[in-house]
Amino acid sequence: MSRIGVFVCHCGLNIAKTVRVSELAEFAGTLPDVVVAADYKFMCSTPGQELIQNDIKKYNLDRVIVAACSPLMHEKTFRKVIANAGLNQYLLSIVNVREQDAWVTDSEDEATAKAKALINGAVYRARLLQPLTARFIDVNSDVMVVGGGITGIQAALELAETGKKVYLVERNSTIGGHMAQFDKTFPTLDCSACILTPKMDAVLQNPRIELMTYCEVEEVKGFVGNFDVKIRQKARYVDHSKCNACLACTEKCPGRGTSEWDEGLVKRKAIYIPFPQAVPQKPVIDRNACTYFKKGKCRLCEKACGQSAIAFDQEDTFREIKVGAVIVATGYDLMDTKPLVQYGYGKYPGVYHALEIERLFNSAGPTGGKVVMRDGREPQSIAILHCIGSRDKNHCEYCSRVCCMYSLKFAHLLKEKTHGDVYQLYIDMRAPGKGYEEFYNRLVEEDVKFIRGKAARVTDKTDNPDFAGKLVVEVDDTLTGRFATIPVDMVVLSPAMKPRTDAKEMARLFNLSTDKYGFFMEKHPKLAPLSTMTEGVFIAGACQGPKDIPDSVAQGTGAAAEALTIVVKDRLELEAATAIVNPASCCGCQSCVRVCPYGAPVFNREKNVSEINEALCKGCGLCAASCPASAIFTRHFTNDQVMAEMEGLMEF
Amino acid sequence: MDFEPKILGIACNWCTYTGADLAGTTRLKYPQNVRTVRVMCSSRINPSFIIRAFQLGADGVLVGGCHPGDCHYGTGNLYARRKLAITKKILEFAGMDQKRFRVEWISASEGNKYAEIVEEFTRDLKALGPQNTFRIEKDSRERI
Repeated sequence: MSRIGVFVCHCGLNIAKTVRVSELAEFAGTLPDVVVAADYKFMCSTPGQELIQNDIKKYNLDRVIVAACSPLMHEKTFRKVIANAGLNQYLLSIVNVREQDAWVTDSEDEATAKAKALINGAVYRARLLQPLTARFIDVNSDVMVVGGGITGIQAALELAETGKKVYLVERNSTIGGHMAQFDKTFPTLDCSACILTPKMDAVLQNPRIELMTYCEVEEVKGFVGNFDVKIRQKARYVDHSKCNACLACTEKCPGRGTSEWDEGLVKRKAIYIPFPQAVPQKPVIDRNACTYFKKGKCRLCEKACGQSAIAFDQEDTFREIKVGAVIVATGYDLMDTKPLVQYGYGKYPGVYHALEIERLFNSAGPTGGKVVMRDGREPQSIAILHCIGSRDKNHCEYCSRVCCMYSLKFAHLLKEKTHGDVYQLYIDMRAPGKGYEEFYNRLVEEDVKFIRGKAARVTDKTDNPDFAGKLVVEVDDTLTGRFATIPVDMVVLSPAMKPRTDAKEMARLFNLSTDKYGFFMEKHPKLAPLSTMTEGVFIAGACQGPKDIPDSVAQGTGAAAEALTIVVKDRLELEAATAIVNPASCCGCQSCVRVCPYGAPVFNREKNVSEINEALCKGCGLCAASCPASAIFTRHFTNDQVMAEMEGLMEF
Repeated sequence: MDFEPKILGIACNWCTYTGADLAGTTRLKYPQNVRTVRVMCSSRINPSFIIRAFQLGADGVLVGGCHPGDCHYGTGNLYARRKLAITKKILEFAGMDQKRFRVEWISASEGNKYAEIVEEFTRDLKALGPQNTFRIEKDSRERI
């Protein structure tokens, strides 16, 4: 005989609006073994928690059922509540009457009937619940940050500041990310490099940050507190321990590769550093562009190098590191605008995308900071087209959040540098941020022409002789209601921010979920924006969704704090719901040993039975369902418990 | 009164259960015929659970897991996929209409997919009518 207490939460009106909560509590009170049933406005509030705790003592309860929101929300809260009242925390059952009941129907009758069935199921299950003892594991105090953009840099610096060792893994040969490509940042117009490069340098100088550039994460094993990570160091063909960064090699190199850094606007050498302030300030060889690798002859860089640092025979190497927590800050890709043929990117040389124009502004860019087009002309008229791919149900339904603001920045810089006519073609002007609306107002004053309408087409074909040699932008001006054609020299596209093309593989590597666009999914959109469903793995920055620099930096700092909550501990409590083998029924077939992804079941040859190494068990239950002898129990999810719950659910 | 089928849902904690929560958070409406048991992984599901659900009077059983390849535990749902495919054959062999047993891969971001599937499944089960193939009344039930 159990003594069960059932506590029904109103959640304000969230549940009470659709579920008749007092009727539900009354019903629960009639169920066998239920000795008390109560309802309350907010069970998770302090008075609500006290109500449960008082009833545990008053009625000498040995099982507690809370009918409230999803267990994913508050199971931990209520476990603590009953533990503080002296009950084992596993003697709790949460009934989800909010997310999976009250919120998904408008019918009071249906919602209440379903809630009754759910509570009945929980009562059946609760009777069979067993107290479990939590396990503890030691925690590795190091953290790995993946991605060396501004978000990753910020996270790494913050963590190092707390005294923790950080591995900062970056796939490119330098850190800096997209921010290092920008010239100015909105809305303050401070120079991007001026605010970023000190941070990049701080990373390099910090003895607690181990910078791993030109590296990729190959494999992540283990779990919160104890991740084993395998990292591939891609061959640089330059021994960085010998290189003194004189860059004599790059002067002599005859090879030519496409400069990713300058968005393909110019060529770079085959042995190169991406940009003058790159960190580390040491070159790598682009194998595909290198004359020696292609033709077997050249080696001019080797001759130029006084340090004998060139190492053509270098190969990829692997390294294993152990960390307690991981921060994924892998950033975004700009949408490829070529498939949007109506805008003529790739067809007309006068059409540029946002990152290309950033490079044209930049004094370290291909034009030394002058706005000169591919044909050498300085544009006299420029149209900036917003929402290319964003807010478009055919491509990315979401708003990319930053494009309005950087388009305004472009307008300002283009005005400043060319004194030409600048047109903004926008759907809505979105300026939600500190100083953003003010920046917009400033641009309105700066004689930039704002046309409210999404550009329909960019073409060079026109009947109007005045437009000859121009690109003509066609747009429905929704304010005047007229169809407008604007002749310009240059068109700038502001494309959508998208997940990295390999985001899916990354997600698998780190065991993350992705949303429907491919951005990494947070544990809770409001209350756990940096946590993920995988404990100990955090996300920050644009890999979670489009973000501007201030938001990314804030998230970097936030993720560092999240990671710290784990690595600051010596020991971590693990879920106690693990598998256990009943040696009396084990037939020694080793099915469990074969299926377990964690190697938790170990075969004991002496006793001829399997045993579970609890430290490795994650409690998924695969072994239990695979055991032909039903000798394995998954604690907290035993066959009996699951089937009893099913029985209760099907009774009503 | 119209026949209201009872669906026993078994959802994995990480994908489908979370997806079902998302359907609620975004206030999607779907029929209230499904009652869900949460398990940590679809691989936890023993084929006997499915048979038992039908014995207990479920008109349909809906199993939800992460998309193959996206399992929180790496490979769990791949085992579940194989096991449940065989379960489906066994059910059919035993005379159960295959349409009463669905296995769906619903990720944590697919609240709408969850709602759509429940809607569709409820509709199909209404057309099929009550399940009596395996049903055992309470008095004559024995524990498996």
